[in-house]
Amino acid sequence: MAAFKNPQILLASDLRDGEVLFLGTSGWERDHRRARVAFDAAVASELEKIGHAEYAGNRVVDVYLTDVEIEPDGAPAPLHYREKMRIKGPSVRRDLGKQATGG
Amino acid sequence: MNVHDPSAAARPNAPTTTYRYDEFDASFVRERVAEFREQVRRRLEGSLTEDEFRPFRLMNGLYLQLHAYMLRVAIPYGTLTARQMRCLADIADRWDRGYGHFTTRQNLQYNWPKLIDTPDILEALADVEMHAIQTSGNCIRNVTADHFAGVAADEIEDPRATAEFLRQWSSLHPEFSFLPRKFKIAVTGATHDRAAIMAHDIGLRILKNDAGDIGYQVLVGGGLGRSPFIGKIIRDFIPRADLLAYLEAIMRVYNRYGRRDNKYKARIKILVHEKGIEAIRNAVEKEFASMDRSVFSHDPAEFARIAAYFAPPPYESLPAVSATLQAARNDNPAIDSFVAVNVSPHREPGYAIVTISLKPIGGIPGDATSAQMRTLADASERFGFGELRVSHEQNIILPHVKQDDLPALWRMLDAAGLATANAGLISDIISCPGLDYCSLATARSIPIAQEISKRFSDMSRQRRIGKLGIKISGCINACGHHHIGAIGILGLEKKGQESYQITLGGDPTFSAAIGEIVGPGVGAEQVPDVIEHLIDFYLAEREEKETFIDTWRRIGHARFKDALRREGEDGAYI
Repeated sequence: MAAFKNPQILLASDLRDGEVLFLGTSGWERDHRRARVAFDAAVASELEKIGHAEYAGNRVVDVYLTDVEIEPDGAPAPLHYREKMRIKGPSVRRDLGKQATGG
Repeated sequence: MNVHDPSAAARPNAPTTTYRYDEFDASFVRERVAEFREQVRRRLEGSLTEDEFRPFRLMNGLYLQLHAYMLRVAIPYGTLTARQMRCLADIADRWDRGYGHFTTRQNLQYNWPKLIDTPDILEALADVEMHAIQTSGNCIRNVTADHFAGVAADEIEDPRATAEFLRQWSSLHPEFSFLPRKFKIAVTGATHDRAAIMAHDIGLRILKNDAGDIGYQVLVGGGLGRSPFIGKIIRDFIPRADLLAYLEAIMRVYNRYGRRDNKYKARIKILVHEKGIEAIRNAVEKEFASMDRSVFSHDPAEFARIAAYFAPPPYESLPAVSATLQAARNDNPAIDSFVAVNVSPHREPGYAIVTISLKPIGGIPGDATSAQMRTLADASERFGFGELRVSHEQNIILPHVKQDDLPALWRMLDAAGLATANAGLISDIISCPGLDYCSLATARSIPIAQEISKRFSDMSRQRRIGKLGIKISGCINACGHHHIGAIGILGLEKKGQESYQITLGGDPTFSAAIGEIVGPGVGAEQVPDVIEHLIDFYLAEREEKETFIDTWRRIGHARFKDALRREGEDGAYI
């Protein structure tokens, strides 16, 4: 396992519609601000285990952890530009994706 | 049979010069839809795992991307009827987000379909004789062709009959459904290559030999991606009667010797590069000589049956030059510019080939809204026998327009935002979807195209610059063909930031070349400045009538590189 450097959240895609999901405290969320944040490796591992079980249960696909920082309001924000794109939608179509609905 | 019935040509949805499904084709596609519907059902109920399902969805063109699924619809050799274009628009409205993206393989991608809707989308496509089979996976992909096929003034033979012949041969071919990697074939029948055949796994060039027989020059081992290569001639001339057998021999050699241990070294271009073209030629010729060729024996009647679908429409006898058009050009500078830039010579007197740019200034290359798709369908029926083409440059072609009708067509296109007069100019940029949509991308490509387009928004300046292909890829897979752009731009990740590597001197034609890197990568915000500086340098250096690539070839890469480096000393560029 890679060294734990930053807080992490777990992402996946909804099997039925492909939308990006975030593992929250009581299931999958469509808003990253409701994602459960792992502040240590043990919790990150726990999130991954849940994600793998959900993958095996055919509810989600493409499950992985990503590094985040915590914003002043307490919400997690991805560090990498790829995941920054995933929580919003295409930068060239602001009318589409999560950003279009305030996500 | 020539399906083009002159008496029907004036009617809406008249049959056009495109292949029509026979009973076998129709039932095959319907069965495939039913099969995929069942696979989706089993996936959603949980009896298929993702690992089991993934190959099925990919073989039906369904990817999982950054924000949603993506469905890639095959448009064989880029030819569409008005009815098919309307269906694509209807699908965009009913199951997607009201638009589609035309790709560098002459296909169309929907960026937002739901898995549960995909069988219904495929059913709708089957209604208009379309599908998404083999638009993904390690198989022979959609066969592409010259988008001016059948109408180009420089054509020896319409390549679409050959492309359709190959499509039928390669569709679900049992030996070639699980190749080491994907496999791409392109065909041209003209003396100028508009299909980038030298950048394909197999490129076919239709030729006539000294005896007057039609055959093919066969190239193999071209390709872009992380290891770009220009295709090499493996056969100078193969008679049509032996084409399928010869291609079968190539595929068998590739299937047998192509590497499967490393996906990055699995394309046939790597096999050709590692073994050498002589060794591959020997292996192919040996296979060709020893194989049972009777099963591939050419059936001239079958080829003629297919070719008849591509017979010319019922052109009128017209004067070579249209007085109506000339008057409109004199009266309206916008029409004059459009005709000068977006209209190409047609083999039939009084007709023209019209390129409709999907690259409005600052727009998303290759995107068309459903309303625009319907306008394109209407325009094709009103002015062009109901036929459209998709070019690998991500534009739409109306191949049969009367010169007399060009002013009216321009007005219709202009009202729909489809009359940008930039075909082949600096803002006619090829761009992959990049990181705005694609899960493989390492950087965005569309915003780079948009910023360059805006920087050069002055159309008279674009025309002064002349023909110039900028091609942008958002990752090393090179879907945006950056290696063969006169100016190529590759988006990469560098220290956690998007970085863009610029190449010069790429060429997609018969004088094909892979571009050379001009220096270290630059940030997104610097790219338009770098491009502008390169253009200014070219304009200062060019001799009369030289294009960018001409000047680059004449004075050499080092001069362009030095020009940027000198600016870099002031911290401006690289």
